[in-house]
Amino acid sequence: MNVPAAWYLVLAAILFGIGAFGLLTRRSALIMFMCIELMLNAVNLTFVTFSRTLSDIDGQAIVFFVMVVAAAEVTVGLGIVVAVFRRRPSSSVDELSELKG
Amino acid sequence: MTLQIPSIHYLAILPVLIFFGAALLLMVGTALLRSKVSIAVATSTTVAVSLASLVVNFFQWRCVAKAGASTTIAHAIVLDDFSVIASAVIAVAVLMTALVAHDWAIRERVSGVEFHIMALASSGGALLMTQANDLIVIFLGLEILSLGLYVLVAFDRHRATSSEAALKYFLLGGFASAIFIYGAALVYGATGSTNLTSISYFLGSNVLLRPGLLYAGGALLLVGFAFKVAAVPFHLWSPDVYEGAPTPVTGFMAAVVKVGAFAALVRVLISSLGTQLDTWRPILWVLVVLTTVVGASLAIVQRNAKRMLAYSSINHAGFILLGVWAGTIRGTAATLFYVMTYAPVVVASFAVLTLVGGVGDEHHSIEYYRGLARRQPWLGGALCVLLLSQLGAPLTTGFYAKFAVLASVVDAGGGALALIALVSAAIAAYFYLRWAMALYADDDVEGVRVEVPRLTGAVIGFGVAVTILFGVWPGPLATLAQHATVLFTP
Repeated sequence: MNVPAAWYLVLAAILFGIGAFGLLTRRSALIMFMCIELMLNAVNLTFVTFSRTLSDIDGQAIVFFVMVVAAAEVTVGLGIVVAVFRRRPSSSVDELSELKG
Repeated sequence: MTLQIPSIHYLAILPVLIFFGAALLLMVGTALLRSKVSIAVATSTTVAVSLASLVVNFFQWRCVAKAGASTTIAHAIVLDDFSVIASAVIAVAVLMTALVAHDWAIRERVSGVEFHIMALASSGGALLMTQANDLIVIFLGLEILSLGLYVLVAFDRHRATSSEAALKYFLLGGFASAIFIYGAALVYGATGSTNLTSISYFLGSNVLLRPGLLYAGGALLLVGFAFKVAAVPFHLWSPDVYEGAPTPVTGFMAAVVKVGAFAALVRVLISSLGTQLDTWRPILWVLVVLTTVVGASLAIVQRNAKRMLAYSSINHAGFILLGVWAGTIRGTAATLFYVMTYAPVVVASFAVLTLVGGVGDEHHSIEYYRGLARRQPWLGGALCVLLLSQLGAPLTTGFYAKFAVLASVVDAGGGALALIALVSAAIAAYFYLRWAMALYADDDVEGVRVEVPRLTGAVIGFGVAVTILFGVWPGPLATLAQHATVLFTP
């Protein structure tokens, strides 16, 4: 079965959209965090698809860079989440309301 | 079978190497040494690294003057006058921040070695952005810069607002990075490369029948940049983060992020998508109008000094965008001149705020500034000069910076845009002057005296000296900015 490349691009766009929508609507810091990861992986899928359609290896190499960045973001992000919610009962961002104006 | 390694011009990447190397060295050092590395050692390392980087910048400048601008490492890194000057500005900002942070860390009793590791790594990312000639390298620079900053923002463990600000910055910053890299992916799909030069050649020699993919990619890249430089409507994180972050970090962010992000933005929009000027200009037009006007108007209603400077820095971001909008060589020079003059001023301003903030870093209401210049004429007077420079008063560098961007915009046929920006500057002038007047108010002469440690005092003095010296005699800086052309301008 031949799957047109466009399908992969559309799937990636949908995944990216789900991630962006989730980030803007969900209130749990951890889920917002997962949404960012989803968006980055949608980008990876886009890169691989274009890499195939263009017959260019660069797109696949870039995926590794994006993965490393995503991993680094997880490390720093979870550290911050732990630091913030150590003194609070839940991980909902609605509790973070000291900075306003 | 042999593997070919692209040739590396080490002089071009030496500043980046120095910064990353020093960060690694400090990090491994703190882990291996049994005795604690003292904060004085960490501060001197950062200072030495910044000075070394400035020296390297001098040799880079001479190299470019002799052999011309060049690319290296498979065209992913550029060495041109523009990158050299931008790197030098970053090095100066890091140097100033390190000194302020030294006094701050002693006052707040935070052990500060990690602070310097993060600051060094983060500035290394910014340096990489100024030299990047590939969307992926820009992305990596942006991420290194941001990851270090997220930690720096959360650095003050005594205040809950610090980590709260870090989480907000992290979530929105991660969002912006994801949008940016998706834009890069779409541009790659449309043009077949992520290299800025190749993109430029492709667009120059081909007619895109369906440019939708390129436009979508370009728009997403622009959104990513707008987030990072806090352009309206992508600015919502910035006042909160500026307020929550430790004050020296706020100054660092305002200076270094702006230099790195604007240098990369100039490369992407002008040297890579220069052929699409007519497409991105209207978008940038709207961004500039919103950023300048909203930044200036919202600054007026703030009662917190850090938030006020946050909105003022949004207004400044709008002005820097003006130079990018012009899209000409003159506009690029004006952009560079603006960040050159703005960076030392903003770091010095936040140094004053650090001192007034007092132990605990919490006295940031505008009330604490009433009569400051009467109690302490030097400190208050310095803040007054720094505010006037941000306002754009004559005889300060701010005046020439604003004049340069506005002139380049009028030159490029944007009279209306220049007028709107001028109006926003007038609105901003109201709150700068109100603040400056409060400094000289005589109804609260018995307030608290602010202690001025020597290093921070030197930094503030340096900021004031730069703004007045080059405000009276702008020739040398302006010549530097004019000579600092970007490689591959169409």
